[in-house]
Amino acid sequence: MAEPATHAHGASGQGESRRDFLLYATWAVGAVGTAAALWPFVHSMNPAADTLALSTVDVDLTPIEEGQSITVMWRGKPVFIRYRTPAEIEAARAVNVDDLPDPQPDEERVIEPQWLVQVGVCTHLGCIPLGQKPADPKGDFGGWFCPCHGSHYDTSGRIRKGPAPANLEVPEYAFLDDTTVRIG
Amino acid sequence: MSGYKFNNRVVQWVDDRLPVFSVLYHSTVDYPTPRNLNYWWNYGSLALFALVVMIVTGIFLAMSYTPHVEHAFESVERIRRDVNYGWLIQYLHMNGASMFFIVVYIHLFRGLYYGSYKAPREVLWWLGVIILLLMMATAFMGYVLPWGQMSFWGATVITNLFSAIPVVGDAIVTWLWGGFSVDNPTLNRFFSLHYLLPFVIAAVVFLHLVALHTTKSNNPLGIDPTGPQDTIPFHPYYTIKDMYGVGVFLLFFLYFVFFAPNVLGHPDNFIPADPMVTPPHIVPEWYFLPFYAILRAVPDKLGGVVLMFAAIVVLFFLPWLDSSRVRSARFRPIYKQFFWLLVLDCIVLGWVGANPPEGSFVLIGQVATVYYFFHFLVLLPLLGKFEKTRPLPASISAPVLKGGGKVVAEASAQRMEKA
Repeated sequence: MAEPATHAHGASGQGESRRDFLLYATWAVGAVGTAAALWPFVHSMNPAADTLALSTVDVDLTPIEEGQSITVMWRGKPVFIRYRTPAEIEAARAVNVDDLPDPQPDEERVIEPQWLVQVGVCTHLGCIPLGQKPADPKGDFGGWFCPCHGSHYDTSGRIRKGPAPANLEVPEYAFLDDTTVRIG
Repeated sequence: MSGYKFNNRVVQWVDDRLPVFSVLYHSTVDYPTPRNLNYWWNYGSLALFALVVMIVTGIFLAMSYTPHVEHAFESVERIRRDVNYGWLIQYLHMNGASMFFIVVYIHLFRGLYYGSYKAPREVLWWLGVIILLLMMATAFMGYVLPWGQMSFWGATVITNLFSAIPVVGDAIVTWLWGGFSVDNPTLNRFFSLHYLLPFVIAAVVFLHLVALHTTKSNNPLGIDPTGPQDTIPFHPYYTIKDMYGVGVFLLFFLYFVFFAPNVLGHPDNFIPADPMVTPPHIVPEWYFLPFYAILRAVPDKLGGVVLMFAAIVVLFFLPWLDSSRVRSARFRPIYKQFFWLLVLDCIVLGWVGANPPEGSFVLIGQVATVYYFFHFLVLLPLLGKFEKTRPLPASISAPVLKGGGKVVAEASAQRMEKA
């Protein structure tokens, strides 16, 4: 790119290296400046302040009976909260962890054993698995069944059969008191 | 076009099938440009830069904007407060509109001063006027989108201009609104068109450039290059000069964006639109003020509207209204003075447009309006017949190169800077 200018001044060896240096320095400053100017545009597509402000949700657990499930909205996604029966907990813990596609003991997936909190989005391609309502199919392992491509989840929300690669995601959450949980 | 040979074989392979590289090389590198262009010739590339800034910032704003009467105002406030760098993008877009008009108005007056509209550049000039009209439509509709008080009442007043048309006027206004007042359907269509028109502008800009590269650039002397000694390649001479211009322009532009972002706007537009209350003093954005003054100069509804549109339409006829064969005002001592009088007249019109239509402003506005049309319709046709122009130089290089013949490019390149 520098050729015509170089020719126009017909500089000898000494002048050329200085010109080259100035040229490269200019390009470098221009590239950095352009990148800096692009960043605000890229970043503007990230979640805005008001979106981030909505990223926690508090749930009152008192109305849920043992064996019942509820679905709450968190960050635009369904979160499954199930009040598990002792039988379900036992079924989840009786499994040999090493045999699972995504090995994880049930103890690592819960804070209080009876409360299973997980993001209700199939880890395969993002559908919402069935199993929240009493009439729903719950799959071969008594947990959840994804109707899109037939993934079966057990009573701990772990993938047992089907194309999904991983267990249902457990969000960050904490118990504010015995009956209130804050997700996010 | 395919006469170029490229060292890179991939480039050559593509170019043999689609001559993008030849065309690019021909029009941005090799393009022979008059060697004496001064800084007033920077404003074309600056206008293109401003258009790109507007389109890019606009696309990102549209990602966070909601074109609904219930949400539009709040969504713009959300952009300013909550969206990451939304304040920056919104202020770039808002002030960018003003910058675009500043640059284009200077570009236009550059053309008037140096006679860039004269043969063979009439079509180039027309395309420029079409771009100006499209810009005005786009800017007007964009101003409606934040749905503040000025947005709403500006939209009401401007769309009502069409009600001045005899017989079908009211039907046209109802059609423009999609209802019986400026409301949600109006906002929706304005958003749609505000997104569309910049790309129409880009297309006309492309034609503007094709026409430019066909007739080649005018220059401060207004005479045609006589040979290679009168031109220099566009790259690197004018690419670097244009980039320098962009740098200076950015300092000016970003000063407003960072330190005075609302100085060119109107505080009433920070009040949400209220169809029940008109603000006490309605004014358009500054770039419409001269036309607004012409509109109000006529105490007749239809007459005012006609005259306002005529103020732009008259520019289409400029190549024939100006009877002088000399392009540049440098060699037209009388035209030069009237040119500056026209500039002053436009500023006066803008000042009148910014003030309420009462007292002496009415009279000043009327005098300035009459003078505006007098300049184009009377002065220019007559000047060409009676003005004694100064002798034109033999060639672009002649005044600086004693003898004006073939010369070494090196020596003259620097001296030409001052020409």
